[in-house]
Amino acid sequence: MDTTLFTSIVFFGSLLAGFLGALTGLGGGVVVVPLLTLALGVDIRYAVGASLVSVIATSSGAAAAYVREGFSNIRIGMFLEIATTLGALLGAYLATRLQTSIIGVVFGAMLLFSAYFSSREHKQAGGEQSPDHLAHWLKLEGSYPALEGQQEYHAQRVPLGFGMMFGAGTLSGLLGIGSGAMKVLAMDQAMKLPFKVSTTTSNFMIGVTAAASAGIYLSRGFIDPGLAMPVMLGVLAGSMMGAKVLVKAETRYIRIVFSLVIVALAIEMIVTSIKGRL
Amino acid sequence: MITDRQVERSIAILLRGGVLLAASIVLFGGILYLTQRGSDLPHHHTFRGEPVDLMKPSLVIRGALSGRPDAIIQLGLLLLILTPVARVLFSVAAFAFERDHMYVIMTLLVLAVLLYSLMAA
Repeated sequence: MDTTLFTSIVFFGSLLAGFLGALTGLGGGVVVVPLLTLALGVDIRYAVGASLVSVIATSSGAAAAYVREGFSNIRIGMFLEIATTLGALLGAYLATRLQTSIIGVVFGAMLLFSAYFSSREHKQAGGEQSPDHLAHWLKLEGSYPALEGQQEYHAQRVPLGFGMMFGAGTLSGLLGIGSGAMKVLAMDQAMKLPFKVSTTTSNFMIGVTAAASAGIYLSRGFIDPGLAMPVMLGVLAGSMMGAKVLVKAETRYIRIVFSLVIVALAIEMIVTSIKGRL
Repeated sequence: MITDRQVERSIAILLRGGVLLAASIVLFGGILYLTQRGSDLPHHHTFRGEPVDLMKPSLVIRGALSGRPDAIIQLGLLLLILTPVARVLFSVAAFAFERDHMYVIMTLLVLAVLLYSLMAA
């Protein structure tokens, strides 16, 4: 297989990964890394480097659309980015230190979590909206356009949300993914923010989080231009196509199929890592 | 007086412009790369890191200017990485303009973490 054929396969695989990632809301990174490592035999450090770059591209591209709709909250995003970027630094350092088999096992575990997250019915964490002094002092509140007009919201349990965001950042830096699922969980379940606000703000944060590990990746030689080129262009094009289809498509079945694929990838990833062949 | 909405719109334009420019440079470098190295064997099975002239931003720029395809791709990727950094920098200015001192400090903290990571490169 020469470089032209290899690049074409990686491009079309990344296109598909970006497309499915956008449809299911999990992002392209969760499929790209297993594709590169398991199917094409790429070293996981090159794979996470290329994936991280594609994450920055899709997040920045998609965030541009979301901010205009008026759902994402820039203050909440910026405050939580302190946690995610610090976590991302830690994650990137771990990626340069840990054995590839350990990274592979953690990746597999993250895939299982993503499959669960993607297939579950979404329940809004409702309940009390008691005033939270810390959240109020930090101005972690806002309003968003709903069917009944502008709805106000106030963040709850700020330290818990902040801590989970640090974890999400660490996973992002270690695995070269956006960890959007965990970011959403921190906002809508822990901090009890509206789901739509959580997903759009999460998307907004992913690019900044990933940029915090990218410098370290670059200095350690994780970012190979020949590999990152087709991955970034493929995932970006695929996710733009996915976002267009998403508006019309019924995604329930796609989600179920995608979850099954992810579970299979997770098992393959963990087994391959334990056997020391990753 | 600028409003939050105007700030958000400007951020959206900044992000989209940065990604489009970066992707165009990567595509251009990629086509050059394949025309020159298309028949080589891929080497990604074993991790060897990258040569130093593809890791240091100043050397990447020099390589790209001299027309090296891999350096041109890397320059596009560097630009892509800088897009969120520019977004944070822009937010510092926007919060300062709104006289929201607490958020100026928080945004500067995020910026410091980003710059620390990029200094490593």
